[in-house]
Amino acid sequence: MIKRLFFGSPRFVLPGRGLALGITMTYVSLMIMIPVLALLVKASQLNGARAITLILDPQVQSALWVSLSTSAMAAFVNGVFGTIVAWVHVRYPHPGKPIINALIDLPFAIPTAVTGITLTHLLSDHGWVGRVLTPLGWQINYTWIGIVVALVFVGLPFVIRSVEPVLADIDTDIEEAAATLGASSRHITWRILIPTIFPAILSGVTVAFARGLGEYGSVVFISGNLPYKTEILPYLIVSKLEQFDYEGATVLAILTLALSFVALVLANGLQGWYRRRMGGT
Amino acid sequence: MKWVMMILAGLFLGLFLGFPLALIVTEAVAKGWHIYAQAILHPDTQHAIGLTLKVALIAVGCNTVFGIAAAWLLTHTSLRGKSIWMTIIDLPFSISPVVAGLMLVLVFGRKGWIGPWLLAHDMPIIFTAWGIGLATCFVTLPFVARELIPLMQTQGTQEEEAATLLGASGWQVFVRITLPKIKWGVLYGVLLAAGRAVGEFGAVSVVSGHIVGKTNTVSLHIERLYNEYQFQAAFAVSTLLVAIGVLSLLVHPLVASPHRTRSKGNTP
Repeated sequence: MIKRLFFGSPRFVLPGRGLALGITMTYVSLMIMIPVLALLVKASQLNGARAITLILDPQVQSALWVSLSTSAMAAFVNGVFGTIVAWVHVRYPHPGKPIINALIDLPFAIPTAVTGITLTHLLSDHGWVGRVLTPLGWQINYTWIGIVVALVFVGLPFVIRSVEPVLADIDTDIEEAAATLGASSRHITWRILIPTIFPAILSGVTVAFARGLGEYGSVVFISGNLPYKTEILPYLIVSKLEQFDYEGATVLAILTLALSFVALVLANGLQGWYRRRMGGT
Repeated sequence: MKWVMMILAGLFLGLFLGFPLALIVTEAVAKGWHIYAQAILHPDTQHAIGLTLKVALIAVGCNTVFGIAAAWLLTHTSLRGKSIWMTIIDLPFSISPVVAGLMLVLVFGRKGWIGPWLLAHDMPIIFTAWGIGLATCFVTLPFVARELIPLMQTQGTQEEEAATLLGASGWQVFVRITLPKIKWGVLYGVLLAAGRAVGEFGAVSVVSGHIVGKTNTVSLHIERLYNEYQFQAAFAVSTLLVAIGVLSLLVHPLVASPHRTRSKGNTP
């Protein structure tokens, strides 16, 4: 209060507000608002009955199932291994730390098309991994497992980067206190560590899941896009667009956006519920 | 327990990150350096590189100016509804690139909002370099802003205020004080945006029309090479894109990490 009396509200001192507001507002309206609006208007003009028929079409239903199940599975794998990697990275000092730290963000830095051809090549009959797996009868390319592999790669940084700061912030005093009071290490893990980092794991998993639903470039090479088997929703959007079926593409786009939105809302709700429950005990 | 965790983490990272990275490099030079050079010097590749650089330069340039303006607006001035602004700026990250392409088609396409008018005036956007530019702008829009907002938030406004009170003009304050403070953040944001801009596939694929020698970007060219079974050429061209990505990863530690400070500041 006193500060305010003497110095005024500091935020009003600096110039450039008009210019910054002008640039930001114009750019955001042109680049984001108008395209988003175009999609929403198109969606509002859709024939409801036709839209529902399209969604219930067996090919769309199959793509929907493939997209949902592979994204969920990849997000789960990343949830487990991402937490392990974050744990090792934060808790155990090792010489390769800066390298690992840079490497974790690699999936963000590699273009999706390059990811796609690289993983496909790696898992093909002649690839380093495929050469080992194919004789065992494990075909990964052109199956749903291939899609999961691509989505695990693409979503890998999300869980790690979300869990890492939370783990780093945990006071080791609490664990030491628990250990001094006779808690076993398993007890400490399940009663102290996991509950603390669970919300962070969940939010990383959700972002990875949402990202997986919309992923296109890295998946289309490895999946082979076999109808009723390995077609994903974004692929169907592109093929509708290639046939100039804008209504169909819009229906599927809204479906994809709605699914990611629901996932994010659910995760938020789950986090809130979890925090309340933890706060209660 | 410790060793089990370390082995699991090592295996996971090695399989999913180490293998692919090593594969790109070895495949690119699998049959010798001259084929590597040939693939990169091929006229189609050269054209794709030229187009991609042009598009990336414009998109990243626009988004950098926007990013700095937006960060100044959100951290250095009074503004209501900052979280709404943040959500809107972040939208391109949560929208599937394919859907982003569809949106542009709905605005600029033949049957879109202003598409017919543009076609009548002989200014087509979809299936031209302009469409590619717009799609690239859209998908890389948040990078610089997202890098700068937390950075400028933690740096505060005291020095700028002092300069203003001592009579510096707005431009002087920005060039002499703010810019030197945020330059590494800008550089990192620009590198991230550039990496994404040259590598964007989904959104560009929808609006480009894949015309070789005309609207083929580097990543679309990689797709074509791979589908034509020219594997080494595909990976050779890929190394160009991966190099930009790896460069941004190497620059990152130079930037005073705003994320870490932010996460600590927010802990209740």
